[in-house]
Amino acid sequence: MKRIKRRYLALQLEYETLPSERELIDAVWASNTKLYGEVGASTTGLSLINFDMEQKIAVIRISLSSLNMVKASVSTITSISGKVAAVHVLAVSGTLKALFSDLK
Amino acid sequence: MTRVFADLHLRVNPKDELATQQLISHASRFGYSLVSIPFTSSLRGEELAKLKTTSTQLGIDFVSRADFHPRTENDLTHFLRKFRRRFEVICITCDTKEVSRQAAKDRRVDLLSFPSLDYHKRFFDSAEAELASRSLAALEVDIKPLLVLDGPPRVRLLMSLRREVAVAMEFKVPIVISSGVGEERFMRLPRDMASLAYMFGLDEASSLDAVSANPITIVNRNREKLGNRFIAPGISVIKEGKN
Repeated sequence: MKRIKRRYLALQLEYETLPSERELIDAVWASNTKLYGEVGASTTGLSLINFDMEQKIAVIRISLSSLNMVKASVSTITSISGKVAAVHVLAVSGTLKALFSDLK
Repeated sequence: MTRVFADLHLRVNPKDELATQQLISHASRFGYSLVSIPFTSSLRGEELAKLKTTSTQLGIDFVSRADFHPRTENDLTHFLRKFRRRFEVICITCDTKEVSRQAAKDRRVDLLSFPSLDYHKRFFDSAEAELASRSLAALEVDIKPLLVLDGPPRVRLLMSLRREVAVAMEFKVPIVISSGVGEERFMRLPRDMASLAYMFGLDEASSLDAVSANPITIVNRNREKLGNRFIAPGISVIKEGKN
Protein backbone atom coordinates (compact mmCIF):
# COMPACT_ATOMS: atom_id res chain seq x y z
CA MET A 1 0.00 0.00 0.00
CA LYS A 2 1.26 3.45 -0.88
CA ARG A 3 2.34 5.49 2.13
CA ILE A 4 0.18 8.56 2.75
CA LYS A 5 2.26 11.75 2.79
CA ARG A 6 1.27 14.14 5.53
CA ARG A 7 1.76 17.77 6.41
CA TYR A 8 1.67 19.51 9.78
CA LEU A 9 0.14 22.97 10.02
CA ALA A 10 0.72 25.42 12.85
CA LEU A 11 -2.36 27.58 13.34
CA GLN A 12 -2.39 30.88 15.17
CA LEU A 13 -5.71 31.62 16.84
CA GLU A 14 -7.30 34.97 17.55
CA TYR A 15 -10.44 34.71 19.64
CA GLU A 16 -12.75 36.46 22.09
CA THR A 17 -12.92 33.56 24.56
CA LEU A 18 -10.63 30.57 24.74
CA PRO A 19 -12.09 27.58 22.87
CA SER A 20 -11.51 24.01 24.01
CA GLU A 21 -9.60 21.52 21.87
CA ARG A 22 -12.87 19.90 20.82
CA GLU A 23 -14.44 23.25 19.85
CA LEU A 24 -11.38 24.17 17.79
CA ILE A 25 -11.18 20.94 15.81
CA ASP A 26 -14.96 20.95 15.34
CA ALA A 27 -14.72 24.44 13.84
CA VAL A 28 -11.98 23.30 11.43
CA TRP A 29 -14.04 20.24 10.45
CA ALA A 30 -17.17 22.37 10.05
CA SER A 31 -15.47 24.87 7.72
CA ASN A 32 -14.00 21.99 5.70
CA THR A 33 -17.38 20.30 5.41
CA LYS A 34 -19.11 23.54 4.52
CA LEU A 35 -16.67 24.23 1.68
CA TYR A 36 -16.03 20.77 0.25
CA GLY A 37 -18.90 18.63 1.52
CA GLU A 38 -18.64 15.49 3.63
CA VAL A 39 -16.84 13.44 0.99
CA GLY A 40 -14.28 16.20 0.33
CA ALA A 41 -13.69 16.80 4.04
CA SER A 42 -13.16 13.09 4.65
CA THR A 43 -10.17 13.08 2.27
CA THR A 44 -8.25 15.59 4.40
CA GLY A 45 -7.31 13.09 7.15
CA LEU A 46 -7.49 15.95 9.64
CA SER A 47 -6.46 15.49 13.25
CA LEU A 48 -5.42 17.79 16.07
CA ILE A 49 -1.90 17.12 17.34
CA ASN A 50 -1.36 19.82 19.89
CA PHE A 51 -3.07 22.93 21.23
CA ASP A 52 -0.93 25.37 23.17
CA MET A 53 -3.51 27.56 24.89
CA GLU A 54 -0.92 29.99 26.28
CA GLN A 55 0.61 30.81 22.92
CA LYS A 56 -2.71 30.30 21.09
CA ILE A 57 -1.06 27.95 18.63
CA ALA A 58 -2.61 24.70 17.46
CA VAL A 59 -0.92 22.02 15.38
CA ILE A 60 -2.98 19.87 13.04
CA ARG A 61 -2.05 17.00 10.75
CA ILE A 62 -3.52 16.61 7.27
CA SER A 63 -2.80 14.66 4.11
CA LEU A 64 -0.48 16.41 1.62
CA SER A 65 -3.03 16.12 -1.18
CA SER A 66 -5.53 18.21 0.79
CA LEU A 67 -3.07 20.93 1.87
CA ASN A 68 -4.53 23.70 -0.30
CA MET A 69 -8.08 22.72 0.60
CA VAL A 70 -7.39 22.87 4.33
CA LYS A 71 -5.42 26.12 4.12
CA ALA A 72 -8.36 27.74 2.32
CA SER A 73 -11.00 26.36 4.64
CA VAL A 74 -9.08 27.28 7.80
CA SER A 75 -8.84 30.86 6.56
CA THR A 76 -12.63 31.06 6.21
CA ILE A 77 -13.21 30.44 9.94
CA THR A 78 -14.76 33.55 11.45
CA SER A 79 -16.20 32.06 14.64
CA ILE A 80 -15.61 29.15 17.01
CA SER A 81 -18.63 27.97 19.01
CA GLY A 82 -20.48 31.16 18.16
CA LYS A 83 -17.67 33.43 19.40
CA VAL A 84 -15.73 35.68 17.03
CA ALA A 85 -12.43 34.08 16.04
CA ALA A 86 -9.85 34.01 13.27
CA VAL A 87 -7.36 31.31 12.41
CA HIS A 88 -4.11 32.02 10.55
CA VAL A 89 -1.71 29.47 9.09
CA LEU A 90 1.69 30.22 10.63
CA ALA A 91 3.78 27.42 9.18
CA VAL A 92 3.54 24.22 7.17
CA SER A 93 6.00 21.37 7.44
CA GLY A 94 6.46 17.69 6.70
CA THR A 95 7.67 16.81 10.19
CA LEU A 96 6.74 17.99 13.64
CA LYS A 97 10.40 18.61 14.46
CA ALA A 98 10.83 21.01 11.53
CA LEU A 99 7.50 22.67 12.28
CA PHE A 100 8.43 23.45 15.88
CA SER A 101 11.86 24.70 14.84
CA ASP A 102 10.14 27.00 12.29
CA LEU A 103 7.96 28.39 15.06
CA LYS A 104 10.91 29.24 17.33
CA MET B 1 13.65 36.61 -2.57
CA THR B 2 11.25 37.72 0.15
CA ARG B 3 7.87 38.75 -1.14
CA VAL B 4 6.43 42.15 -0.32
CA PHE B 5 2.68 42.03 0.28
CA ALA B 6 0.01 44.62 -0.41
CA ASP B 7 -3.62 45.03 0.53
CA LEU B 8 -5.08 47.74 -1.67
CA HIS B 9 -8.57 47.69 -0.22
CA LEU B 10 -9.11 48.36 3.47
CA ARG B 11 -12.69 49.54 3.79
CA VAL B 12 -12.62 51.99 6.62
CA ASN B 13 -13.77 55.57 6.81
CA PRO B 14 -10.54 57.61 6.59
CA LYS B 15 -12.21 60.31 8.72
CA ASP B 16 -12.41 57.84 11.63
CA GLU B 17 -8.79 58.25 12.65
CA LEU B 18 -8.73 55.71 15.46
CA ALA B 19 -10.29 52.89 13.44
CA THR B 20 -8.05 53.68 10.48
CA GLN B 21 -4.93 53.70 12.62
CA GLN B 22 -5.91 50.40 14.28
CA LEU B 23 -6.55 48.71 10.96
CA ILE B 24 -3.29 49.95 9.44
CA SER B 25 -1.34 48.85 12.50
CA HIS B 26 -3.04 45.43 12.28
CA ALA B 27 -2.04 45.20 8.61
CA SER B 28 1.53 46.09 9.52
CA ARG B 29 1.58 43.37 12.20
CA PHE B 30 0.30 40.88 9.63
CA GLY B 31 3.23 41.60 7.34
CA TYR B 32 1.71 43.90 4.73
CA SER B 33 4.11 46.51 3.39
CA LEU B 34 1.61 48.47 1.35
CA VAL B 35 -1.98 49.34 2.17
CA SER B 36 -4.63 51.53 0.67
CA ILE B 37 -7.94 52.97 1.79
CA PRO B 38 -10.40 54.11 -0.87
CA PHE B 39 -11.32 57.78 -0.81
CA THR B 40 -14.30 59.43 -2.31
CA SER B 41 -13.86 62.48 -4.50
CA SER B 42 -14.15 64.79 -1.48
CA LEU B 43 -10.59 64.12 -0.38
CA ARG B 44 -8.58 66.79 1.34
CA GLY B 45 -4.83 66.92 0.82
CA GLU B 46 -4.10 67.28 4.54
CA GLU B 47 -6.15 64.16 5.40
CA LEU B 48 -4.13 62.14 2.94
CA ALA B 49 -0.83 63.57 4.18
CA LYS B 50 -1.81 62.73 7.75
CA LEU B 51 -2.65 59.15 6.80
CA LYS B 52 0.64 58.79 4.96
CA THR B 53 2.55 60.03 8.02
CA THR B 54 0.64 57.70 10.35
CA SER B 55 1.32 54.75 8.07
CA THR B 56 5.02 55.57 7.77
CA GLN B 57 5.24 55.70 11.56
CA LEU B 58 3.68 52.23 11.66
CA GLY B 59 6.24 51.01 9.12
CA ILE B 60 3.87 50.68 6.20
CA ASP B 61 3.57 52.41 2.86
CA PHE B 62 0.22 54.12 2.21
CA VAL B 63 -1.21 54.31 -1.28
CA SER B 64 -3.87 56.85 -2.19
CA ARG B 65 -6.77 55.23 -3.96
CA ALA B 66 -10.10 56.45 -5.31
CA ASP B 67 -13.12 54.25 -5.93
CA PHE B 68 -15.91 55.32 -8.22
CA HIS B 69 -19.26 53.84 -9.31
CA PRO B 70 -20.03 55.66 -12.56
CA ARG B 71 -23.54 55.43 -13.92
CA THR B 72 -22.63 56.33 -17.48
CA GLU B 73 -19.54 56.36 -19.69
CA ASN B 74 -19.49 60.17 -19.54
CA ASP B 75 -19.49 59.99 -15.75
CA LEU B 76 -16.47 57.75 -15.92
CA THR B 77 -14.44 59.94 -18.30
CA HIS B 78 -15.34 63.04 -16.30
CA PHE B 79 -14.18 61.37 -13.08
CA LEU B 80 -10.94 60.14 -14.63
CA ARG B 81 -10.13 63.53 -16.14
CA LYS B 82 -10.66 65.15 -12.76
CA PHE B 83 -9.02 62.68 -10.39
CA ARG B 84 -6.49 60.55 -12.25
CA ARG B 85 -3.53 62.76 -11.39
CA ARG B 86 -4.55 63.08 -7.74
CA PHE B 87 -4.58 59.39 -6.81
CA GLU B 88 -2.08 56.60 -7.14
CA VAL B 89 -4.69 53.92 -7.78
CA ILE B 90 -8.08 54.27 -9.46
CA CYS B 91 -10.67 51.53 -9.06
CA ILE B 92 -13.91 51.48 -11.01
CA THR B 93 -16.84 49.46 -9.74
CA CYS B 94 -18.78 48.47 -12.82
CA ASP B 95 -22.55 48.38 -12.51
CA THR B 96 -23.44 48.41 -16.19
CA LYS B 97 -21.95 46.71 -19.20
CA GLU B 98 -21.27 50.01 -21.01
CA VAL B 99 -19.32 51.36 -18.06
CA SER B 100 -17.38 48.14 -17.61
CA ARG B 101 -16.37 48.07 -21.28
CA GLN B 102 -15.31 51.73 -21.21
CA ALA B 103 -13.39 51.20 -17.94
CA ALA B 104 -11.60 48.18 -19.40
CA LYS B 105 -10.63 50.21 -22.48
CA ASP B 106 -9.37 53.24 -20.61
CA ARG B 107 -5.65 53.19 -19.76
CA ARG B 108 -6.26 55.48 -16.78
CA VAL B 109 -8.19 52.76 -14.91
CA ASP B 110 -6.07 50.49 -12.70
CA LEU B 111 -8.60 48.16 -11.12
CA LEU B 112 -11.90 46.77 -12.29
CA SER B 113 -14.26 45.67 -9.57
CA PHE B 114 -17.69 44.05 -9.79
CA PRO B 115 -20.50 43.78 -7.23
CA SER B 116 -20.06 40.61 -5.17
CA LEU B 117 -23.67 39.86 -4.49
CA ASP B 118 -25.36 40.65 -7.78
CA TYR B 119 -23.84 38.09 -10.10
CA HIS B 120 -25.89 39.39 -13.03
CA LYS B 121 -23.74 42.50 -12.84
CA ARG B 122 -20.44 40.69 -13.11
CA PHE B 123 -19.50 41.61 -16.66
CA PHE B 124 -15.99 40.22 -16.74
CA ASP B 125 -16.20 38.03 -19.84
CA SER B 126 -13.71 37.39 -22.64
CA ALA B 127 -14.54 40.66 -24.46
CA GLU B 128 -13.93 42.62 -21.27
CA ALA B 129 -10.73 40.69 -20.57
CA GLU B 130 -9.39 41.38 -24.06
CA LEU B 131 -9.95 45.11 -23.62
CA ALA B 132 -8.44 45.03 -20.11
CA SER B 133 -5.36 43.14 -21.28
CA ARG B 134 -4.61 45.92 -23.80
CA SER B 135 -5.09 48.73 -21.32
CA LEU B 136 -3.23 47.14 -18.34
CA ALA B 137 -6.29 47.21 -16.07
CA ALA B 138 -6.41 44.49 -13.43
CA LEU B 139 -9.32 42.53 -12.01
CA GLU B 140 -9.79 43.11 -8.30
CA VAL B 141 -11.20 40.33 -6.13
CA ASP B 142 -12.27 41.12 -2.57
CA ILE B 143 -11.90 38.31 -0.05
CA LYS B 144 -14.36 39.57 2.56
CA PRO B 145 -17.54 38.30 0.82
CA LEU B 146 -16.04 34.80 0.86
CA LEU B 147 -15.72 35.05 4.64
CA VAL B 148 -19.09 36.55 5.45
CA LEU B 149 -21.32 34.84 2.89
CA ASP B 150 -22.69 31.41 3.45
CA GLY B 151 -24.57 28.81 1.46
CA PRO B 152 -25.96 29.55 -2.03
CA PRO B 153 -24.74 33.18 -2.26
CA ARG B 154 -21.16 32.04 -1.60
CA VAL B 155 -21.52 29.18 -4.08
CA ARG B 156 -22.76 31.62 -6.73
CA LEU B 157 -19.92 34.03 -5.99
CA LEU B 158 -17.33 31.25 -6.19
CA MET B 159 -18.83 30.11 -9.46
CA SER B 160 -18.56 33.61 -10.95
CA LEU B 161 -15.05 34.12 -9.59
CA ARG B 162 -13.85 30.80 -10.98
CA ARG B 163 -15.12 31.74 -14.43
CA GLU B 164 -13.68 35.26 -14.28
CA VAL B 165 -10.30 34.09 -13.03
CA ALA B 166 -10.07 31.52 -15.84
CA VAL B 167 -10.89 34.23 -18.41
CA ALA B 168 -8.39 36.65 -16.83
CA MET B 169 -5.65 34.02 -16.92
CA GLU B 170 -6.41 33.23 -20.54
CA PHE B 171 -6.07 36.88 -21.58
CA LYS B 172 -3.19 37.55 -19.16
CA VAL B 173 -5.16 40.16 -17.20
CA PRO B 174 -3.47 40.66 -13.82
CA ILE B 175 -5.55 39.69 -10.80
CA VAL B 176 -5.33 41.65 -7.57
CA ILE B 177 -6.60 40.06 -4.38
CA SER B 178 -7.59 42.54 -1.70
CA SER B 179 -9.21 42.02 1.65
CA GLY B 180 -12.07 44.54 1.40
CA VAL B 181 -12.38 44.43 5.18
CA GLY B 182 -13.23 47.16 7.64
CA GLU B 183 -12.86 45.10 10.80
CA GLU B 184 -9.73 43.52 12.22
CA ARG B 185 -11.41 40.15 12.78
CA PHE B 186 -11.82 39.62 9.04
CA MET B 187 -8.26 40.55 8.20
CA ARG B 188 -6.10 37.62 7.13
CA LEU B 189 -2.37 37.05 6.72
CA PRO B 190 -1.20 37.69 3.13
CA ARG B 191 -0.48 34.01 2.53
CA ASP B 192 -3.91 33.10 3.92
CA MET B 193 -5.49 35.50 1.42
CA ALA B 194 -3.55 33.71 -1.29
CA SER B 195 -4.78 30.36 0.06
CA LEU B 196 -8.37 31.53 -0.21
CA ALA B 197 -7.80 32.04 -3.94
CA TYR B 198 -7.49 28.27 -4.24
CA MET B 199 -11.28 28.18 -3.84
CA PHE B 200 -11.76 29.93 -7.16
CA GLY B 201 -9.07 28.13 -9.07
CA LEU B 202 -5.91 30.24 -8.81
CA ASP B 203 -2.71 28.24 -8.49
CA GLU B 204 -0.26 28.96 -5.67
CA ALA B 205 2.22 31.12 -7.63
CA SER B 206 -0.51 33.21 -9.29
CA SER B 207 -2.36 33.73 -6.04
CA LEU B 208 0.81 34.90 -4.29
CA ASP B 209 1.45 37.27 -7.21
CA ALA B 210 -2.10 38.56 -6.77
CA VAL B 211 -1.31 39.77 -3.24
CA SER B 212 2.24 40.90 -3.94
CA ALA B 213 3.70 41.41 -7.41
CA ASN B 214 0.54 42.54 -9.24
CA PRO B 215 -0.61 45.31 -6.85
CA ILE B 216 2.96 46.49 -6.34
CA THR B 217 3.53 46.73 -10.10
CA ILE B 218 0.41 48.90 -10.43
CA VAL B 219 1.48 51.21 -7.61
CA ASN B 220 5.07 51.55 -8.87
CA ARG B 221 3.91 52.24 -12.43
CA ASN B 222 1.52 54.95 -11.29
CA ARG B 223 4.00 56.53 -8.89
CA GLU B 224 6.44 56.80 -11.77
CA LYS B 225 3.76 58.39 -13.94
CA LEU B 226 2.73 60.84 -11.24
CA GLY B 227 6.34 61.84 -10.59
CA ASN B 228 7.89 65.01 -11.99
CA ARG B 229 10.34 63.17 -14.19
CA PHE B 230 7.79 61.22 -16.22
CA ILE B 231 7.16 62.38 -19.79
CA ALA B 232 5.62 59.39 -21.56
CA PRO B 233 5.75 55.62 -21.09
CA GLY B 234 9.44 54.71 -21.44
CA ILE B 235 10.60 58.34 -21.48
CA SER B 236 11.61 60.20 -18.35
CA VAL B 237 13.93 63.03 -17.42
CA ILE B 238 17.25 61.66 -16.19
CA LYS B 239 19.25 64.85 -15.88
CA GLU B 240 18.40 68.52 -16.22
CA GLY B 241 20.82 70.95 -17.81
CA LYS B 242 21.58 74.48 -16.59
CA ASN B 243 20.01 77.45 -18.35
